Amino acid sequence: MEYSGARILLESLKKENVDVLFGYPGGAVLDIYHELSNHQDIKHVLVRHEQGAVHAADGYARATGNVGVCLVTSGPGATNTVTGIATAYSDSIPLVVLTGQVPTPLIGNDAFQEVDIVGITRPCTKHNYLVQDVSQLASTIKEAFHVARSGRPGPVLVDIPKDVQNQMHAFQYPERIKMRSYNPTYKPNNNQVRRAIELLSEAKRPLIFAGGGVISSNSSEELGTLVRSMQLPVTGSLMGLGAFPGDDPLWLGMLGMHGTYAANKAVSNADVILAVGARFDDRVTGKLSSFAASAKIIHIDIDPTSIRKNVEVEVPIVGDCKLALQGLLRVQETEFADVNWADQYDEWNKQIREWAVTHPVRYHDEESLKPQHVVETIFELTKGDAIISTEVGQNQMWTAQFYQFRQPRTLLTSGGLGTMGYGFPAAIGAQMAYPDKLVIDIAGDGSIQMNSQELMTAVSHKLPVKIVVLNNCFLGMVRQWQELFYDRNYCSTCMDAQPDFVKLAEAYGAEGYRVTDPAKLKETLKAAFDSPLPCIVDVRVEAEENVYPMVPAGASLEEMLLV
Amino acid sequence: MRHVLSVLVENEPGVLSRISGLFSGRGFNLDSLNVAPVLEEGVSLMTIVTRGEQQIIEQIVKQLRKLVTVIKVTDMHDSTTVEREMALIKVNATESNRAEILRIVDIFRCKVVDVSLDELTLEVIGDHGKVEAVIALLERFGIKEIARTGTVALRRSMQPEK
Repeated sequence: MEYSGARILLESLKKENVDVLFGYPGGAVLDIYHELSNHQDIKHVLVRHEQGAVHAADGYARATGNVGVCLVTSGPGATNTVTGIATAYSDSIPLVVLTGQVPTPLIGNDAFQEVDIVGITRPCTKHNYLVQDVSQLASTIKEAFHVARSGRPGPVLVDIPKDVQNQMHAFQYPERIKMRSYNPTYKPNNNQVRRAIELLSEAKRPLIFAGGGVISSNSSEELGTLVRSMQLPVTGSLMGLGAFPGDDPLWLGMLGMHGTYAANKAVSNADVILAVGARFDDRVTGKLSSFAASAKIIHIDIDPTSIRKNVEVEVPIVGDCKLALQGLLRVQETEFADVNWADQYDEWNKQIREWAVTHPVRYHDEESLKPQHVVETIFELTKGDAIISTEVGQNQMWTAQFYQFRQPRTLLTSGGLGTMGYGFPAAIGAQMAYPDKLVIDIAGDGSIQMNSQELMTAVSHKLPVKIVVLNNCFLGMVRQWQELFYDRNYCSTCMDAQPDFVKLAEAYGAEGYRVTDPAKLKETLKAAFDSPLPCIVDVRVEAEENVYPMVPAGASLEEMLLV
Repeated sequence: MRHVLSVLVENEPGVLSRISGLFSGRGFNLDSLNVAPVLEEGVSLMTIVTRGEQQIIEQIVKQLRKLVTVIKVTDMHDSTTVEREMALIKVNATESNRAEILRIVDIFRCKVVDVSLDELTLEVIGDHGKVEAVIALLERFGIKEIARTGTVALRRSMQPEK
């Protein structure tokens, strides 16, 4: 029995348990869309811009841990996905991006809607493919999913020419895959694991630094067990929020540029740092030469390139975070059973508590509507039981500081690339995966305008995503930098020309709310959260509020500007 | 520090651009790059000459290994190797200096591969240092054109004990 390439593709997706596609049709994928109507078990979310499709697939992937899939046409359809692909690549999110391509005989002839998308996305995908013959389609899809989800996850693009979608071929989905050139290391080296515990047993001022790898490897439980049995204080990167409960006394909050005082003091004074699935990004380290100057670093990561890229490492452990943490636990429980960890670290934990108590993240609680208070209120109303996405800038940092993430996969945010316009479509993707959960995009008035067209997607698919706009009529974070480092020259950051967000929501058939009075904040948010419809809540917050603490770019982590 | 990296790759479209893009995108030095198929079906060998401090070289090797189409990366710095490159050099040759150029050809065991009334084209084969030396010696006669291959290298069969 022979199937068309289009059908082979869809049957292959079903073999990979894909139940939802985020996409946008066009000439070069018409055969796939024609076939799609025969496959009711694959839901299709029709976005309004291809960027929305990739971010939605990304949000779906972050919320569920599964591979997110999107489908777009050739040329502009494909190029519109590039920002979303780069976003996923920066944060190691597993995606399979399917693009249509002009028929193979036309490739290279500057055909209508032809673009070399494989060439364009080479540096921002984990890997990509051009399928040149239908006989290779099924195995390529198999390989694409395997590469996307294994090792350090990432986006994979598969470019499928129109004639390949038409060609007939027998369908046989490969059972397993063997790639001589791709074999990620999962099992950590036992000696290194032992050395790590040994180093911790000699430490007086240890610290765990959890990154996004803890979340992508689903090892929050292992991390929690290790932390509690050894009484290790924990900080995390933006990508690591939710890896360890934000309301646990051993949690110090995020470190880095907008990290907490306690976390930045701890990292600067620690003698051993155990980094788990983190990559020591410049927003985390500040000035490299003074970062963790007195610490020996143990670094667990599945990607060898992350190790010794930015910081010197005493004990490198290449492998899966989950297996490495299990290994650490095993060694600690057997060979180091007689160490009294709590006693050994007691003085240090007291010192950290003191830092945390004397310098919590805070703001001046005045009569005006404070954006931090809005985030706190969202936390109070949801009790942490919601999926939160953010845009990029002040809204993102206040969310990181004032919302206590208790569970992994409850924060969807563009950490590495810092993509404005990410949060809303990502929330749509997450809501698609969890129709009954409360999904909230904490946005700024600038970034929400980058993908607000997806309101139509949310309304038409009955996805009751909530957008809370911290509206300060500014590109707030850029304005903050201008205030602090560019002589208050607010060049092009004032956004007071903006749509009426309430009417905008209503125009799409969603609900719009506006809050100007702090006393009405909680009830308005509650009404929006209880609504069965997608909502925008336009909260008019203090215009020139800044995010603190702040470590100026290039300064050491101890040089924090505080409130 | 100069390092010669031997990189086995899947011989498929785009593999060269994956490698060169890695070097340009990450700001790594790329002195030369040579690529040709090897005995095994579907596999090519790239010989890459790069420079950098130890930490950078370590990053380059790891980043290369991370590419899905790369099968194996060997830093030849860790072993004794045989290295060769070739250059074709077109040099001015007048009656008065022709004899001296031919003496250099002789000393360095080069070959004359083309000749005209006022030019000689020489073929020089050797390691990187030898090719550089010949070019340096010929410069004063006036080199008109030059075409060079990158370095290729193999590990020596007998490695000294460490």
